[in-house]
Amino acid sequence: MSFPLLTAVAALPAIGAVATAAVPAARRTAAKWLALAVSLATLVLAAVVAFRFDPGGDRYQLTESHAWIADFGVRYELGVDGIGVALIALTALLVPFVVLAGWHDADPLEGRTPDRRWRPTQGFFALILAVEAMVIISFAATDVFLFYVFFEAMLIPMYFLIGGFGDRAGARDEDEAAKQRSYAAVKFLLYNLAGGLIMLAAVIGLYAVTADQLGEGTFSLQAIVEARQSGELAMAQNTERLLFLGFFLAFAVKAPLWPLHTWLPNAMGESTAPVAVLITAVVDKVGTFAMLRFCLGLFPEASAWATPVVLVLALVSIIYGALLAIGQRDIKRLIAYASISHFGFIILGIFAMTSQGQGGATLYMVNHGISTAALMLVAGFLISRRGSRLIADYGGVQKVAPVLAGTFLIGGLATLSLPGLAPFVSEFLVLVGTFTRYPAAGIVATFGIVLAALYVLVLYQRTMTGPVRPEVERMPDLRKRELAVVAPLIVLLVFLGVFPKPLTDIVNPAVEHTLSDVQKTDPDPEVEAAK
Amino acid sequence: MSTTTELTLRAQEMVPAPDIEYGQLAPVLIVIGAAVVGVLFEAFLPRRARYAAQALLAGLALASAFAAVVGLAATGRATTEAGLVAMGALAVDGPALFLQGVILLVSLVAVLTFAERRLDPRAHGRHVDSFAAEGAAVPGGEGEKAAVRAGFTTTEVYPLLLFAVGGMLVFPAANDLLTLFIALEVFSLPLYVLCALARRKRLMSQEAALKYFLLGAFSSAFLLFGIALMYGYAGSVKYAEIASVVADTNRGTTEALAGTTGNDVLLLVGGALLVMGLLFKVGAVPFHMWTPDVYQGAPTPVTGFMAAATKVAAFGALLRLLYVVLPGLTWDWRPVMWGVAIVSMLVGAVIAITQTDVKRLLAYSSIAHAGFILAGVIAATPSGISSVLFYLAAYSFVTLGAFAVVTLVRDAGGEATHLSKWAGLGRRSPLVAAVFAIFLLAFAGIPMTSGFAGKFAVFKAAAEGGAGALVVVGVIASAIAAFFYIRVIVLMFFSEPKVEGPSVAVPSPLTTTAIAVGVAVTLVLGVAPQYFLDLASQAGVFVR
Repeated sequence: MSFPLLTAVAALPAIGAVATAAVPAARRTAAKWLALAVSLATLVLAAVVAFRFDPGGDRYQLTESHAWIADFGVRYELGVDGIGVALIALTALLVPFVVLAGWHDADPLEGRTPDRRWRPTQGFFALILAVEAMVIISFAATDVFLFYVFFEAMLIPMYFLIGGFGDRAGARDEDEAAKQRSYAAVKFLLYNLAGGLIMLAAVIGLYAVTADQLGEGTFSLQAIVEARQSGELAMAQNTERLLFLGFFLAFAVKAPLWPLHTWLPNAMGESTAPVAVLITAVVDKVGTFAMLRFCLGLFPEASAWATPVVLVLALVSIIYGALLAIGQRDIKRLIAYASISHFGFIILGIFAMTSQGQGGATLYMVNHGISTAALMLVAGFLISRRGSRLIADYGGVQKVAPVLAGTFLIGGLATLSLPGLAPFVSEFLVLVGTFTRYPAAGIVATFGIVLAALYVLVLYQRTMTGPVRPEVERMPDLRKRELAVVAPLIVLLVFLGVFPKPLTDIVNPAVEHTLSDVQKTDPDPEVEAAK
Repeated sequence: MSTTTELTLRAQEMVPAPDIEYGQLAPVLIVIGAAVVGVLFEAFLPRRARYAAQALLAGLALASAFAAVVGLAATGRATTEAGLVAMGALAVDGPALFLQGVILLVSLVAVLTFAERRLDPRAHGRHVDSFAAEGAAVPGGEGEKAAVRAGFTTTEVYPLLLFAVGGMLVFPAANDLLTLFIALEVFSLPLYVLCALARRKRLMSQEAALKYFLLGAFSSAFLLFGIALMYGYAGSVKYAEIASVVADTNRGTTEALAGTTGNDVLLLVGGALLVMGLLFKVGAVPFHMWTPDVYQGAPTPVTGFMAAATKVAAFGALLRLLYVVLPGLTWDWRPVMWGVAIVSMLVGAVIAITQTDVKRLLAYSSIAHAGFILAGVIAATPSGISSVLFYLAAYSFVTLGAFAVVTLVRDAGGEATHLSKWAGLGRRSPLVAAVFAIFLLAFAGIPMTSGFAGKFAVFKAAAEGGAGALVVVGVIASAIAAFFYIRVIVLMFFSEPKVEGPSVAVPSPLTTTAIAVGVAVTLVLGVAPQYFLDLASQAGVFVR
C-alpha cells in the first residue's frame, strides 16, 4: 500500500490545529509560529501532491479507499483529479498568508486582564488550520457522504472564526461590534446549515435510489457514475431533478449565487480580513468545486435541464454583484459584492458546458482566490491603520504609503481582470467558452467586466488619490510582515497571468472527463457561417 | 383418597407451577433485588453509612445487570436463541436486550450524577446532593429547617432509581399487555416521587411532580382502557394471540367473548388508546404538555435520567407494540404516526425557539427528537427498527451529558438555568462551554457527532420505507432546531460575561466521569458508528 498522501495533507493541519489549541495561554507567540510552520509544511505536502499527480494519467489519482460505515454504504474514499489538485494547492498556498496576515488579529485587547483559561489567539489559529483540513478533505473526497460530512462540519470552525474574532474597526464600541459580528456569524451559519440540511435530504434520497436499483446503497462517486453510464442505474427524471436541486441549492448558498448570497457581505464585512479571505477564497470554492464534481457528475441530465435557469442566475449575480459593489461605502463589503460577481462568472463557466468554460471556471477559482486574497489583505492592512472600513474616511493614501497603495492597485487591477494578470486568462476563457454555446449570455457577462473596472477604479481613486486627509497623514507604509504576505501573491498573479500553462495542463484533462460525464462536446466552430 | 389430597392434586393439574427462566430474567431480578435491599438499607443502616452504601449498591447492581445482559447477548439470546420467558410474559430478544443494555448504561451514568455532592455548598458542614433534605417536610417549614440543620440527605433516591430502572427493563420486553401496564406503573411511580425531591426550588419541583403524576395517571388510564378493549377484541392480552386475531388466523379462544372477538371497532379504539398511553411517555405531540414543566421542575440529575432512560424504554415498548401486535394494522397506524411525527418535529422545534430556560429548551428539543425517532418507527422495516435502536442509544447519552453540564452552572440560588445567565460562559469556563457546545451540536445533528449518525440512520430508514416527505419535514425541522441550539452557543461564546453571572462549580470525579462518558459516546458514535450500527441491526428482530 502506498503512502496515503491525500490523508496526510488533510491530517497535518488537523493535527496542527489540536497542537496549536493546546499551547499554554502565556505562549501566544509560540502558537502563531506553530500555526505558520504547520501551514507551510502543508503547502510542501500539497506541492508533493501536485508533482505526483500525472495530468495524462487516470482520472482520479492518489486514491485511497477504506471501509468506514458499511451500514450507510459509506467508504472513506479519497482521490483527486486536476481540478481537485488545483484547489488543494490553492488552499494550501493561501493559508500561510492568512496566518501571517492575521498575526495580530487575535491578540487580547489591551487593558484586558489575561486569563489563564481563555486563549483566543491559540483558538484563532487552531480554527484556521481546522478549516484548512476540512476544506482539503472536501476537495479530495470521492464519496458523497464523506464530502457532505466535511462540507457541513467546516461550518462550525468558520462560524467561530466569524463570530469570535471580528473586525474591530467600523463600529462605535465593542458591544455593537460584538452584536453585528454575532449577527453575521449566525446568518452565515443558518444559510449554510439550511442549504446543507436540504442537501442531506438529497443525500439520503441518493442512497435510497442506489439501494433500490443497485441492490446495495452506495455513495461512491465513481461507482454511481459508472453505474449510470452502463445503464445499471437509471434515475427517474423527477427523482434526478429533485436530487439535483437538493445538491445544487447547498452549493449555491455556499458559492454564493444570487439570490442566496446575502450572508456573504455580512460575513466578510464583520470578520477580520484574513478570515474574509478564508471565506471567499477558500471555503466558498468548495461550493463551485462541488457543482463541477457532484452536480454534473451525478446528475448530468438534470444539470442540462437546469442550465438555462442557472445561467440566468449566474448572469444576475455578475451584474447585480458588480452594481452593488459600485454602491458600497464599506471597503470590505465592496470586495464581498465583487466576489459575488466573480462567483457568477465561475458558475457561468461551469454551466456553459464547454471545455473553455469549465477550464476557465477552474482557473477562475484559483485566480480569484489569489487576487481577492491580495486585495482583501491589503485592504485589511489599510483598515487596521485607520480603524475604519468606510471609503469616505480615506483619501490621498498613495502619498503617505506608496507601497501600500501600489499593492492595493495591483490587487484591484487583478480583480478587474487586467490583461497580464492571472484573472484575465480565466475570465477570457469563461467568456469565450460561454460565447461558443450561449452568445447572448456571453454578451451580458461582458458588461460585468466594464462594471468591475468602475468599482475597482473608483475605490482606488477615492481612497488612494486626491488630497491627503488629516487622519491618514501619519499612516505608516507596509511593514515587513505585511510585505511578506503581499509580495508573493502579486508575483503569483503576474506569473500565472503570463504563463498559465502549468495550471491549464493539470486542469484540462479533468475538465474533459467532467464534460464526458454530462455527455457534452464543444460546439463545432461555425466555419460555414463565416464564409 | 381424602378430599384434601384430591383437591391438591386437582389444583396441581389446573395451575401448573410456572416455569421461570431465572437466568434470562437476571438483569431485571438483579436490579429489583438490589432495590429491595436498598429499602432495607434505609431501614437498618445508620444514617451516616447510607449514602456510600446506597450509591455503591446501585452502581454495582446496574453494572452486574449490564454484565448479565451482555452475557445473555453473548450466548445468542439476542439472535438465534431469542425466545419468550416467564410463560410468555416477557420477550428476551434483540431489541429487548439492546434497549436493556442502553437503559442500564444510562442509569449507571445517571447514578454518578445522583451521587454528586460537591456542587451544592455545604449545609452546616455536611456535603449535600441535589435532593431535598427530607422529602416529606413542608417546603420552608420548621421540619425542613431542622432536617437541613441535621444534614439529612434523601438516600431513598437510589432504591427509587433502581425500581424505576427495573420497570424500564421490563417495559420494552413486555410481551403481554398486563405486563406492559405493570412495568409502566413500576417505573412511573418512582419517577413521580423523584421529581418532587429537588433540594432547591422545592415548590416548583413538587408542582412538576404533581403535574407529572396527574397527567401520567391519565395516560395510564388510557392505556388500561385500551388493554380492556383489546382483551374484548382478542380474548387475550398476549401479544402473539392478539396479532393472530388481527391477522385473522385465529378466531379467539375465550367463548365468553365470542360476541365481540374480531370486532374492528374494539381493535381500532383499543389500539389507539394503547398507542396514546405510550406516546405520552415518549413525549410526542399532542401528548407532550407535561414535558417542559416536569423537565424544568425535577432535580436536574433526575431530569437527565428521565429524559434519557424513559424515552428509551417507551420507544422500545412502542416498537414492540406496533411491530409485534399491530403489524396487521400498519395501514391504519402509519398515517396517524405520520401526523404525530410531523407535528412533534415542528412543534418541538418551533416552540423551543422562544424558550428562555435551558431545561425547558432541552425539553422542547426532546419533543422534536421524539418526532425524529418516530420517523424511524414509521419505516416499518428491519432497518427502521435498528435505526431507532441506534438513535435511542446515541440520543440518551447526549441528553444525559447535557443535563449533567446544566448542574454545573450555578449562582446563589442553585442552578442558573435561565439562558440570560449563560451569557459569556465560554469566556469564563471555555471547557465547560465547549463540552456543552458539543452536546448542542449533536442535538442539532452536525456531522461527526452521534446526533448526525442517528439522524441519518432514521431518515435513511424512513426514505427507504417510502416516507420521503417525512424526511423533508424532518430536515426542515432540523434547520429550525439548529437555530436555537446555535443561539445558545452564540450566547456562551460571543456575549460578554455578566458581572454577577453564575459560576461553574468544580464537580467531583463523579459528574466529571458522567460528562466525559457523554462526550466520548457522542464523538465515537459520530465518527466510527459502524460497530454500534451492526449491533443495532443484529438486534433488530422481534421474537413473536
